[in-house]
Amino acid sequence: MSDKNPFPGENNTGHIWDDNIRELANPIPRWWMIGFWISILWVVGYGVLYPMIPGSNDHTKGVTGWTQIGEYQEGLDQVEAIRGKFEEQIKDLSAAEILADDGLSTYTVASARVLFGDYCAACHGSGGQGGPGFPVLADDDWLYGGKIENLVQTITNGRRGMMTAQGAILKPEEVDTLAQAIVDGTIAEEPLFKTKACFACHGMDAKGNPALGSANLTDAIWRFDEDDKLASAKYTIIHGVNAANDPKTRQAVMPSFKDRLSEGDIKKLAVYVYKLGGGQ
Amino acid sequence: MSDVQNRIPATSVDDLYAEAGHWHINTGEETIHAKRMPGKWRSIKWWANSFWLVFFLGPYLRWDDRQAVLFDIPSRQFHIFGATLLPQDFWMLALLLLFFAILLAVVTAVAGRVWCGFFCFQTIWTDIYTWIEEKLEGSPQKRRKLEKAPWDLKKIKVKSLKHFLWLIIAVITGISFTAWFTDAFVLWGELLSLQLGMVSVTFIGMFILGTYILAGFMREQTCFWLCPYARIQGVMIDKTTVLPTYDYVRGEPRGRVKKGQREEDRATGDCIDCNQCVAVCPTGVDIRNGQQEGCITCALCLDACDSVMDKVGRPRGLIRYESQEGLDTGHSIPILKRPRVWVYGFILLASLSGIIYGLSTLDSIQLKVLHDRQPLFVMQSDGSIQNKYRLKMLNKLKDPVEVTITASGPAGLILVGAEKTVTLKPGTVSGRDVFVRVPRSNLVGESQSIIFYIEGAGDSNQILKSKRESVFIGPR
Repeated sequence: MSDKNPFPGENNTGHIWDDNIRELANPIPRWWMIGFWISILWVVGYGVLYPMIPGSNDHTKGVTGWTQIGEYQEGLDQVEAIRGKFEEQIKDLSAAEILADDGLSTYTVASARVLFGDYCAACHGSGGQGGPGFPVLADDDWLYGGKIENLVQTITNGRRGMMTAQGAILKPEEVDTLAQAIVDGTIAEEPLFKTKACFACHGMDAKGNPALGSANLTDAIWRFDEDDKLASAKYTIIHGVNAANDPKTRQAVMPSFKDRLSEGDIKKLAVYVYKLGGGQ
Repeated sequence: MSDVQNRIPATSVDDLYAEAGHWHINTGEETIHAKRMPGKWRSIKWWANSFWLVFFLGPYLRWDDRQAVLFDIPSRQFHIFGATLLPQDFWMLALLLLFFAILLAVVTAVAGRVWCGFFCFQTIWTDIYTWIEEKLEGSPQKRRKLEKAPWDLKKIKVKSLKHFLWLIIAVITGISFTAWFTDAFVLWGELLSLQLGMVSVTFIGMFILGTYILAGFMREQTCFWLCPYARIQGVMIDKTTVLPTYDYVRGEPRGRVKKGQREEDRATGDCIDCNQCVAVCPTGVDIRNGQQEGCITCALCLDACDSVMDKVGRPRGLIRYESQEGLDTGHSIPILKRPRVWVYGFILLASLSGIIYGLSTLDSIQLKVLHDRQPLFVMQSDGSIQNKYRLKMLNKLKDPVEVTITASGPAGLILVGAEKTVTLKPGTVSGRDVFVRVPRSNLVGESQSIIFYIEGAGDSNQILKSKRESVFIGPR
């Protein structure tokens, strides 16, 4: 620092180091100052128009009355205005009637995607492709029938598979013979199928009975693990499905959704599932 | 003072400064009042300016019952005479941008900043604004005098009339721009009944402000500091580019014409240092310093110099279109022997043929196929494999079209969900889910090609078709 200013006439602050490095007091550029003042005005204007200053319990509201939740609600209302027209139309229609109408079924498939993701996809997969132990919804094989009414029924009331555990009833070689016949696709001609009364549930032609939910034993679709078909068939015959007296039994339970979903939502889901590719 | 300074010889520093001394850079503190002189290049400039009449008149052309060229952004449709472009055709826009980028490059490489000097809106609007200024305020000297004069009634009258005319041009510019994006006649109707929408008002306002400030006040400063193309084009120029160039071989050393001296006795070059080239320059640069960032190669100095050369009886062309190489060696490489021209030309041609291909194959209906990925395939009870596809069918016509969907691919395929015809709504995409079943024994690989077709009839019964390839996926 120097007491005597060696640079007279210059706009410096008198702070000088190393003889000639000095601090000048040049004004900030005018355009910058204009921007600065405009931004201050902006803050004031913003504070008047919008919520801004927090208090202990509350905050200033702003004269426009804008709120984030209000804007969200407006967006929702816009969506509702579009969906409302369709919702109004499908309200009084049955699932079958919705299905018959091109435009309404397209809308239903689009809007039920979220429902399917929330309530169905966890077990049946996001595209209805099934999961380990859970049936595929996109194929054309239905234990309880693939008509739209059946689907509504299934979602509303749920389903519970049942098959007696045959391990205590059948000899091991009889189980082997039956399992092999299922794998070979010759189960309907297998004498044991008749003598052991399998047909009572699975039908004389072994194609199952939708009224009971018994499986079609002749088609290409496997309800349970199909990596080793022979072992899988044997396991199911021995331990049954949901058999009360066998702790190793196959689990096959579809919960009821009538308490969790509205009738309308169930209707929409039925249409959605139907449209996954397997509806009949 | 420290003795550090004393170690550098003061004279050498002075030399450095002296070298750069003539580079006067005007950062806007001085308003350029360019002189206007008639001449060949001035006429060419007027003709080039008139190219922008398209901008003002174009929106009023009609085609059928709509505007001939309309960039309808809210409904996502571009109408260009008979053609309607939808967002699906936007790949052509990329080619169009490429075309113009390369056109700029090739023109600049061959003949300098032709865009800046002759076609750029900044140059042209500034030219019109200064033309008005000259009509009202007079010659550059008078204008400079008026600037310094006190604000009397006459000055206020002249100045306010000028700004009024400037604003009228700005307003028409704003309206004309907006009219390309919304129906021009409707726009005028709304404007005259004061019922313009917020978007139109904003755009017209922005253009009024932009035109008024850029052409009225910033002028050449825009080219100096604001415009990126001015900078980019500088690097596209090489020594073979023909530019308005001062022939320093002929011109130097400069010297004023001495009365009574005979031409044969003259020791100076052809340049008489009259500064007319600087006086007419709209960006205020001195072309005799060589090619520089401020020069927009508008060639107005050529007119000025030629007229002076005529007056003093020396040959024209002291400032002329010439390449650096031509000036140094007396001859320049022909255009077609320059690799740049070929490379640029090839890209130009490629992008142009892409656009032509796109426009000539614009289908009235267009099919897109999305293969469902979750699940990739489903086994059916009879053992066949089913794939799901979402067909997106675009109808660009004004009327609905009935189409039938067919598919060809793996042997024995069955198309499910396309039994009935589908009605495509006009101007939008209609969706339809279809399923394809193929017996497992007919599958030859994990993934096979499948082609979908849609076919319908247009209003005069011409066949409309579109096809799209997709894949059929089966188990390993």
